[in-house]
Amino acid sequence: MRESRELICIGCPMGCQLRVQLEDGAVTSVEGNTCKRGDTYARREVVNPTRILTTTLPVRGGCRPTVAVKTAGEVPKTLLLDCVRAVRSLTVIAPVRAGEVVCEDLCGTGIALIAVRDVEEKK
Amino acid sequence: MERCDLVITGGGPAGLAAAVSAWEAGVRDIVVLERDQELGGILNQCIHSGFGLHTFQEELTGPEYAGRYVEKVRRLGIPCLLDTMVLELSPEKVVTAMSRERGLFQIQAGAVILAMGCRERARGALRIPGFRPAGIYSAGTAQRLVNMEGFLPGREVVVLGSGDIGLIMARRMTLEGAKVHVVAELLPYSGGLKRNIVQCLDDFGIPLKLSHTVIDIQGRERVEGVTLAEVDANLRPIPGTEEHYRCDTLLLSCGLIPENELSRAAGVALHPTTAGPLVDESLETNLPGVFACGNVLHVHDLVDFVSEEAAAAGRSAARFLSGGGARGHRTIPLRAGKGVRYTVPAAVDPVRMDEEIVVRFRVAGVYQDVSVVASCGGEPLVRKKRMIVSPGEMEEVRLKRADLLAQPDAEEITVALEMKA
Repeated sequence: MRESRELICIGCPMGCQLRVQLEDGAVTSVEGNTCKRGDTYARREVVNPTRILTTTLPVRGGCRPTVAVKTAGEVPKTLLLDCVRAVRSLTVIAPVRAGEVVCEDLCGTGIALIAVRDVEEKK
Repeated sequence: MERCDLVITGGGPAGLAAAVSAWEAGVRDIVVLERDQELGGILNQCIHSGFGLHTFQEELTGPEYAGRYVEKVRRLGIPCLLDTMVLELSPEKVVTAMSRERGLFQIQAGAVILAMGCRERARGALRIPGFRPAGIYSAGTAQRLVNMEGFLPGREVVVLGSGDIGLIMARRMTLEGAKVHVVAELLPYSGGLKRNIVQCLDDFGIPLKLSHTVIDIQGRERVEGVTLAEVDANLRPIPGTEEHYRCDTLLLSCGLIPENELSRAAGVALHPTTAGPLVDESLETNLPGVFACGNVLHVHDLVDFVSEEAAAAGRSAARFLSGGGARGHRTIPLRAGKGVRYTVPAAVDPVRMDEEIVVRFRVAGVYQDVSVVASCGGEPLVRKKRMIVSPGEMEEVRLKRADLLAQPDAEEITVALEMKA
């Protein structure tokens, strides 16, 4: 079965309009992208859409109450809400360093959660 | 009075990039004045990713992007005064500032770079009827509460305005367990980036209602609901289209305004459209030695371009301090032509400009299959095809020095859109 899907690329702020042709669920062509990123995005988006998750965690003993974190790679879009729920049970202890892994495997995705900034100890 | 070659007002992305580039261009006596307790500006609360694709060829979160520049500034040893509020700038470039540590103090600057950023349009400026209950926040305030303070401002949310911060906050509040019922946008198109409509609204099934606005807010102590209505071509609510939403929170993402109180009081001439300083190709204002960059100059969509612009301002300030690049040559005004709302810069000096400069602008509406044309005396200098342009996405066109020098009688340069016949 042939089908055609229209997407807007989220790879960068240009937001290219993409047209993806599929045959029996497999991608046969991608048009409308102006760079490699668009092609990669389109092929993944129609089969298994993924996203970077960013959120915050409470910090104990820190000079500020929260630390911003992100997934080290993209997680399946369908798991975003599960992932963010799993994050809610986590707390980190100051000091935190940017790049520090705060959770090795988020919600069984195999993807780590990392801090994106430093939080010093409360003086 | 203290003296300093270069005073930079603001330690956000613009101020930091300007400081680094001025240093690299040879300025050694620099001070950055920042009113917050840390550097990085608004990027600290922008925890989403998508920053840095142009600058670093990788996708970073706001704090990471800021971190790169903070690190550079630290490594170079450029002094940054935190918790320091600039109160006044005089036309003679005397900067008056205040901090808890130093009290009131003044610095005679050799050159000044304005990098104060922008702020959000508030409810008062939107003239929405209703009481003044708790639960109405600008999207950026809500962003700060959620991301930096660790508070969720509400659970049942309506967003008015489809600026990028509103879209980002619709997703953020959803992830934190709130229900975002709708994003209403007064105009027939979104003010935000397309990618944000996809990944912040579509991903979570949040409806975007274009040509809709809030016509009433209910609740005396706390927001209890809002009434939305469709608007006609003149942006007037259409009777009979009212829809009621029960909610406890209304987020406003209705535009950003460059923060130019300091500039205006100093006598810096402002642009009526951008509300930012009128600058030439060197990003110099009408006050010699006072430069502007970033969101205080005009509101950007992408921090990458803020950094690029700020770096140019840093180089211009360095040249000014070394006694080069004097004014007094001929300057050619840039005019915003058909379909273009403004250009930054607003004038170019073909003698002192770099080999190539970037002219940034916004268009007046959504247009498909257009050409961006920069012309001089009816002669096109640059022509660039665009599949689609929209006011929510800043455009640019590059002017070459050689092209302008070849037009000794040029009276103005027009940047305009050419529609397909």
